[in-house]
Formats: sequence, structure tokens, C-alpha cells
Amino acid sequence: MDWHKIYGLSLRHIYLIKSSFPRILDLIYWPSIQVFLWGFISEFFTVNSAYYSNTVGIILTAAILYDFLFRSSISYNMMFLEEIWSRNFTNLFIAPIKISEIIAALTMTAILRTLIGLIPAVLVAIPLFGVSIFNLGIPLIFLLISLYIFGISLGLMVTAGLLRFGPSFENIAWASLFFLAPFGCIYYPIDILPNSLQIIAKCLPLVHIFEEMRNILVNTTVNYLEIFKSIVISFLYFILGVIIFYSAYYGAKKKGTLINIGE
Amino acid sequence: MNIYVKNLSKKFNNYVAVNNINFFLNKNKTLGILGPNGCGKTTSIGMMLGLITPSSGEVFINDQDVNKANRNDLLSKMNFASPYIELPKKLTVKQNLEIYGRLYGVKNLKDRVSEISEDLDLINFLNKKTGELSSGQKNRVSLAKSLINKPEVLFLDEPTASLDPDIGDFVRNYIEAYKSKNNITILLASHNMKEVERLCDTVIMMKKGEIVDRGTCKDLIKRHGRNNLEDTFLKIARSNDGLA
Repeated sequence: MDWHKIYGLSLRHIYLIKSSFPRILDLIYWPSIQVFLWGFISEFFTVNSAYYSNTVGIILTAAILYDFLFRSSISYNMMFLEEIWSRNFTNLFIAPIKISEIIAALTMTAILRTLIGLIPAVLVAIPLFGVSIFNLGIPLIFLLISLYIFGISLGLMVTAGLLRFGPSFENIAWASLFFLAPFGCIYYPIDILPNSLQIIAKCLPLVHIFEEMRNILVNTTVNYLEIFKSIVISFLYFILGVIIFYSAYYGAKKKGTLINIGE
Repeated sequence: MNIYVKNLSKKFNNYVAVNNINFFLNKNKTLGILGPNGCGKTTSIGMMLGLITPSSGEVFINDQDVNKANRNDLLSKMNFASPYIELPKKLTVKQNLEIYGRLYGVKNLKDRVSEISEDLDLINFLNKKTGELSSGQKNRVSLAKSLINKPEVLFLDEPTASLDPDIGDFVRNYIEAYKSKNNITILLASHNMKEVERLCDTVIMMKKGEIVDRGTCKDLIKRHGRNNLEDTFLKIARSNDGLA
């Protein structure tokens, strides 16, 4: 064993980490998020273990809906990353395409990728666990619309980061959804969060979506106002995503990364 | 289409990549940009393609400011090929050409793909994945993509880099023949002096972001008292003041 070579090889990665803030953030981020998420879940089940006992499938329905959000956002980022990985990125930006057309194409293709991944999972859950997300009835359509708009909004924001900072932002792409999971109240009600975090949580559409999902399944009532609120909030995030994407595009033009995107 | 570059500069933080360059390229002519690595060739091409925002100065293509005119109108008449930019590897050659044909709004796309595939001898591997091709084949596919829209302005960044002499010669012959049959303005950045001598009407020499000399190949060779363009290039590149 040649320690000089081992050290040399390690240096290759150390230099990469040192030079990239997104990579450092990524290393710190995962353990913290796990502690947050599972801490709140554990606390909720310790205090309220009877809450779900009569409502089989709430957790699984939440997991499927969360996965729908996750897939839609990741699909968006993946399509963009594939252009970077295949070194096709510059070809796209010298083609006569408007930025709005790029956004529209990614948005339309992301739904296809999301459904390809999700439909088998939804169908498998029915015979295997006796859980069907279709039990949510008509409101399911609106919940999915809201989730999709929010998913692609996050996708847009992360894609903007990729455009501006290059592939080192890739780790943030994977982490973006997990960052929101503790605040999204996917597996537990909002009351479990400390008051200060409840304020942040309410600014996200996820709380309204998952609270309403639980309301439908536990109380068998539908509060359309909550669903409408979630769609409006998701749409506001979409507008923010578009603004960030455009500013990242102009930033990348200034920085010269459109022609020379790399590590 | 003509190209007019006026007082063009680009600064990245404190580094001056391109410093106040000026040139005019008449339509249907070919201009070679020569210079050592890092002299600002690619940055200049990036600004001409509208991929990089200049720090100052303007680029006019057919009298339209690249940064102010309708971007899509201009880009639909331009194209770019570089060995450092690739097409999606998992798609077949045909799929890639079809996609770019659509992006460029090419009419009678099927015919155009057949025509360009025949011209560049791509027929035998049209249904092969682009990532499975040799570098010579990839290079021809990249050239086919850059000509799919029959551009009026073509930017070529080292079009024969890393090719063996046979394929390199094929590509140069093709560009030469294409030029003679079509109305096309070409801007060629290259380190291959023979290629530049053969294809370019005029040449600009860049060093440290500035244009240090310009003229026809013959003029430059004569002015610097050398026997060929390669020696002229070396003289300019190795001189201390840039102006040899």
C-alpha cells in the first residue's frame, strides 16, 4: 500500500469538497434532517399512538402522496442533469428555444416520468396492504394537482441552482425534498411542531395537503377551502420558481457557465 | 449574414478574458480565430452566440444586436459545433438529428435528415446510439447537427480536434465543399494551421484576450517573415508584447 497514492486520491475529493459550498452543506444536512424528521414522528407516536389505530393506510397514503411530490420534483431535476451529464447543455441553449419553452417541456415530461414511477406503486398497495389512495375520492385529483405544482416549483428552483452553480448543486437537488419533509407534516399533524415551526409550516402547501388528506380519511369530510389554499400557495411557489429560474439563466450568461458547465 | 463585433470585452471578476476586440466579417466569408489556449476564443464565440453577456461592447449579426434582437429569430439561422459539446449519448444518431431538427423548426425534416446523413456518411450508423460511436463518427454527427437547419452563420470550435488525419481531412473537405455550394458565413476557431490556411479567407490572431494581428494567411506569413502560418502563430504566441 502506497500511502502517498492513497493520500493523493483522497486529496482529489478533499479539494472538491473544499471548493464547493453545496457539497459541504450536503454533508451537514442529511444527519440533521433525519434527526428532525424522525424526532417529530417518534414524539407524535409516543403521545398519540391511538390516533391512527382505526384508520388503516393513512401512513401509506401519505407516503404515496409524498412520493408523488418527490418524483415530480426529482424528475424535473433529473432531466436537466441528464443534459449536463451528456454534455448536451450548450447545444440546448444555442437552439432557438425560449426559456418558457424549456420550462414547459420539463413540466410536461416530468408528469410522464412521475406517473411511470407512481402508478405501479399505487396499484401494488391495493392487493398487498389493502390501501388505495383512491379512497380519497374526487379531492385526490386536486391534492395531486397541488402536489405536482409544488413539486415542479421545487424542481424549477433546484434546476435554477444547477444552471447557476453547475453540477455541484446536484446534491441539493436530491436533498431539497427531504429538507421540507419535517415542516411538511406528512406523517404527523401540525400540532406536533413547536409554535415557531408551525408558522414556517403553514407557508408550505404540504401542511394543507396532508392535513386535508388525514381529515378526509379520519373524519370522512372534505374541506375544499384547505385544498384551494394549498393550490394557491403551490402556484405562488411556481411563480417564485419561474422568477428564480430566469434570474439564474441571466446570472449564468454573465458568469459564462452556459458554455462551460463542469464539475 | 455578416458579423460585426464592436468593442467587445468580457471580464470574469478581475480576469479580463476578452479585451476590446473589433472585427467585421462579410457574409459568406470564413474567418479563422487563432490564438493560444485561454486567449479568449471560446469566450468570444460564446458572446457571439448570446451564451455569455459581454461586460461591454456589442455583437451584430446581420445588423441585429445579438443581445437585443429576437434571440430565436437569430439562433434559427445560426449553429455551432465543438468537440467539447456532445449530443445525448443514449439516443440514436437519427433521434438526435430529429430532435434538433424540431428545435430548429426544420421543414421536411425526414428528407433533411436523410440528406445530411448521406452527405456526411452517417447512414450505416443512423440507428446506433451516439455514445457507442467512435470519436470520428461522433464528430461527423455533431457537424450534421450543426448543419441540420442549413445555417447562414456557422461557428466551429476546433472541428477536427482529436481526429485522425483521414477523418480530419474528410471533415475539412466536407466543410470546403459545403461552403462552395451554400451561402454561409463561418467563424472557425482552430489550432490546426493547415486547416485555417485551407478554409479561411481572413484570420485574426488573439493573445491574452486581445486581437494582436489580422489579415489573410498570406499577408500574415509575409508580414512576420515566416514560411507558414504555424511559424507565424508561434512567433506571435511567444512574443512578449503580443504584437510581434
